[in-house]
Amino acid sequence: MALPATHPPHVRPKTSVTRVMGEVVAALIPATAVYVWFFGPGLLLNMAVAVAVAVASEIAVLRLRGRDAGASLKDLSAVVTAVLLAFALPPLTPWYVTAIGSLFAIVFAKQLYGGLGYNPFNPAMAGYVVLLISFPAELTRWLPAVHAGLESGYVDFGTTLAYFVSGALPAGVSWDAIGGATPLDDLKTRLSVAETISEIRAAPLYGDFGGKGWEWVSNAVALGGVWLLFRKVIRWHIPVGVLAGLTFPATVAYLLDPGSHPSPGFHLFSGATMLAAFFIATDPVSAATSPLGRLIYGFGIGLLTFVIRSWGGYPDGVAFAVLLMNMAVPTIDRYTRPRIFGHVS
Amino acid sequence: MAEAARKGRGGRTLSAARLFKFHGGVHLEGHKDIATARPIQVAGVPSRLVLPLNQHVGGPAEALVAEGDKVLRGQPIGRPTGYVGAGVHASSSGTVIAIRDHPVPHPSGLTAPCVVIQTDGEDRSWDGYDPLSNYRTLNGPALRARVREAGLVGLGGAAFPTAVKLSAGSGLKALILNGAECEPYICCDDMLLRERASEVIAGAQALLHALEIERCVIAIEDDKPEALTALNAALEQEADPRLRVVVVPCLYPEGGEKQLIQVLTGEEVPASGVPPDIGYLVHNVGTAAAVARAVLQGEPLISRIVTVTGSGVARPGNVEVRLGTPVADVIDACGGYTEDARHLIMGGGMMGFPLASAEVPVIKATNCLLIATEADIRPRQPALPCIRCGECAVACPAHLLPQQLYWHARSENLDAATETGLFDCIECGSCDVVCPSNIPLTSYFRFAKAEVFARERERVSSDLARERFEAREQRLAAEAEAKRAKTEARKKALKKAGEDSSTRKAMIDDVVARSKARKADASGDKGSS
Ligand code: SF4
Ligand code: SF4
Repeated sequence: MALPATHPPHVRPKTSVTRVMGEVVAALIPATAVYVWFFGPGLLLNMAVAVAVAVASEIAVLRLRGRDAGASLKDLSAVVTAVLLAFALPPLTPWYVTAIGSLFAIVFAKQLYGGLGYNPFNPAMAGYVVLLISFPAELTRWLPAVHAGLESGYVDFGTTLAYFVSGALPAGVSWDAIGGATPLDDLKTRLSVAETISEIRAAPLYGDFGGKGWEWVSNAVALGGVWLLFRKVIRWHIPVGVLAGLTFPATVAYLLDPGSHPSPGFHLFSGATMLAAFFIATDPVSAATSPLGRLIYGFGIGLLTFVIRSWGGYPDGVAFAVLLMNMAVPTIDRYTRPRIFGHVS
Repeated sequence: MAEAARKGRGGRTLSAARLFKFHGGVHLEGHKDIATARPIQVAGVPSRLVLPLNQHVGGPAEALVAEGDKVLRGQPIGRPTGYVGAGVHASSSGTVIAIRDHPVPHPSGLTAPCVVIQTDGEDRSWDGYDPLSNYRTLNGPALRARVREAGLVGLGGAAFPTAVKLSAGSGLKALILNGAECEPYICCDDMLLRERASEVIAGAQALLHALEIERCVIAIEDDKPEALTALNAALEQEADPRLRVVVVPCLYPEGGEKQLIQVLTGEEVPASGVPPDIGYLVHNVGTAAAVARAVLQGEPLISRIVTVTGSGVARPGNVEVRLGTPVADVIDACGGYTEDARHLIMGGGMMGFPLASAEVPVIKATNCLLIATEADIRPRQPALPCIRCGECAVACPAHLLPQQLYWHARSENLDAATETGLFDCIECGSCDVVCPSNIPLTSYFRFAKAEVFARERERVSSDLARERFEAREQRLAAEAEAKRAKTEARKKALKKAGEDSSTRKAMIDDVVARSKARKADASGDKGSS
């Protein structure tokens, strides 16, 4: 009998990075479907480009670093980054914009820091912020939701593809005709011209909580998030932290000045709140590690999101909030070590 | 302080009605049914017994026999040295054919001094120990002395001398018998309870008497319904109000004594302390049964129940084996290896260690022999970088942050590792099992601990070396000083004699003669000088 050494424990993990990442992607399927239903197939094109570029650039960098690219790709982390980036972009985004974001996310935000496990910043959000700064126009042109009782129809696939390929709308089609601001964007603009919340919320764009269509995307994202919780792919601390960190100040502001602050419900179901709470902030690599640390980290993201939305220069603040809290992670980790069993403090 | 802790709480806990949680833990597949299908089988007497003189925590026993001596079953062949130690007894009759180093079951594949007995097949018994069926008339110390005589150690795997544990002092709140047996594959306690529950209960009563306390809780995990039924039936017969069974939910590593105490009482044993510090004493159920045998039948610890399991053995089951039986004989008794047997492990699936060969003997700590195939123990997948998912911290019963500990251990930053709780790690392996990146965390921690010990030894020996060096420097300096003083004196003498040329010449002649003599001496060094 051969006796190859096996060191205790001899029980092998049932999980793997591939499973974790794979489940994250799978959990986004309902949200993807809802998004496409309301905003057309642009998201799918964005995802395709983002994933292709992420995978290609990961292979390229790993080859340059002399690593085994195959093993690394199998972990699917590049795919998760790409999919999240695609989710953050407007449904109509020229391919090269998406490609640049994806390339930056993988090459600069991830691989240059050492690859999987070593990136201090959330790669998808880093890529997104670079695009937000480099392509401000492209990243703020959104579409209104269809099937939502609004006076809008699908942007036809020909137009979508044309814009996707060339970065310009076909002749005779204008942004004024097809575009539509996101609820957060619209709210910010109108608040700045001294409309009150109740006036704004009466507009057809707005639904029960967030914007029409948007709130359903949020619901589907949250559904995926709950699935991840149920599967123990993520733990509750970060989502609860983010949601609480946003709800708490939003409630206070709303109670103090309901004329210029939307309700906490609006905050929760608008923009990328749910995506941030369940999918972005929960990226383990760039998050705090201990349960208490994760609550604080999540709370910080929620709080900063509120601050940026209310007083910052951008309608949504999730990406900046995440990156800022990424920077705070080492400090949070240092001060939130759990009490070791049998020790007094 | 410890005294206050003992007196403080305790009354409200230790009941089935109120259980607590320990941090972390993992749900594992038990694989217990592999070996519970058959009743306990009693193995025969092997032709040769190899009894290591050190089968326990503490110093090795001192051999009481010499080569050529005839020994009887139960006869002491090694006596404990020092307070923490245990005696060794011949497990059958025969002749001592050697006292020499022999491979023993140890993670590092050590050899250690063993008494090797050629058995005579007659299995004649030594009658040195009387049964103490009237032990209730004895006092605690007398009973503890018997436990010590009998060479008892904890049979749960840790092999700490039982008598030492029993001397924990007075005023304990309760005795806890550990029948949790949470580790995959191991089921010797389960089978013991199924078949010999009354022995465990008798042992519990003797232990209570030895400890002079009135309360005992027998904890058993909820995945052992047959054992529970048997235990309850035996308890009913005994109707001893001091004993109580508490069923605890199955969760690894609940069988760790600190974890079990926490589950039962909600109290934490201090990191640097032992359970009696907070008023509890934990013994394995197998140990209790062995106590019953030692006290009531005068039988020292010469056999134990071993789970022989895994897909690599033809007829898995639980076997009562005489200590000193070569592992190979035990496996033979279970039908031998199957074709695809790959690993031979002593202990269970989480903490068992690989044996270097099947020639090593069964010892007091051998609770399980796991003969595994590649399907039982899959080869490790290559590790990926840590993704900081924190699952290891969720699972860690010591409430550590294994990912951080790993970081320090991997970079051999041992001070940081120690500071973040390296020595609070109980090496349970829970973190490994939940790690999506497949990192062999526990191996890193074992390695880091060994490294800390090695450096400590190095430091001690380098301290010694430094002291020696300094002593030598001092001595040399003193010698140099003496020499200088001497030269000085001679110079003075020379100067004084300067005026008188004949004295001077005599002195020079003298110096030359001495130097010549020295030279001759040096060249004749290797000869007769
Ligand atoms: S092996 Fe150590 S670090 Fe890992 S879970 Fe067990 S106690 Fe915690
Ligand atoms: S379980 Fe593994 S990957 Fe996750 S934090 Fe712990 S060591 Fe890192």
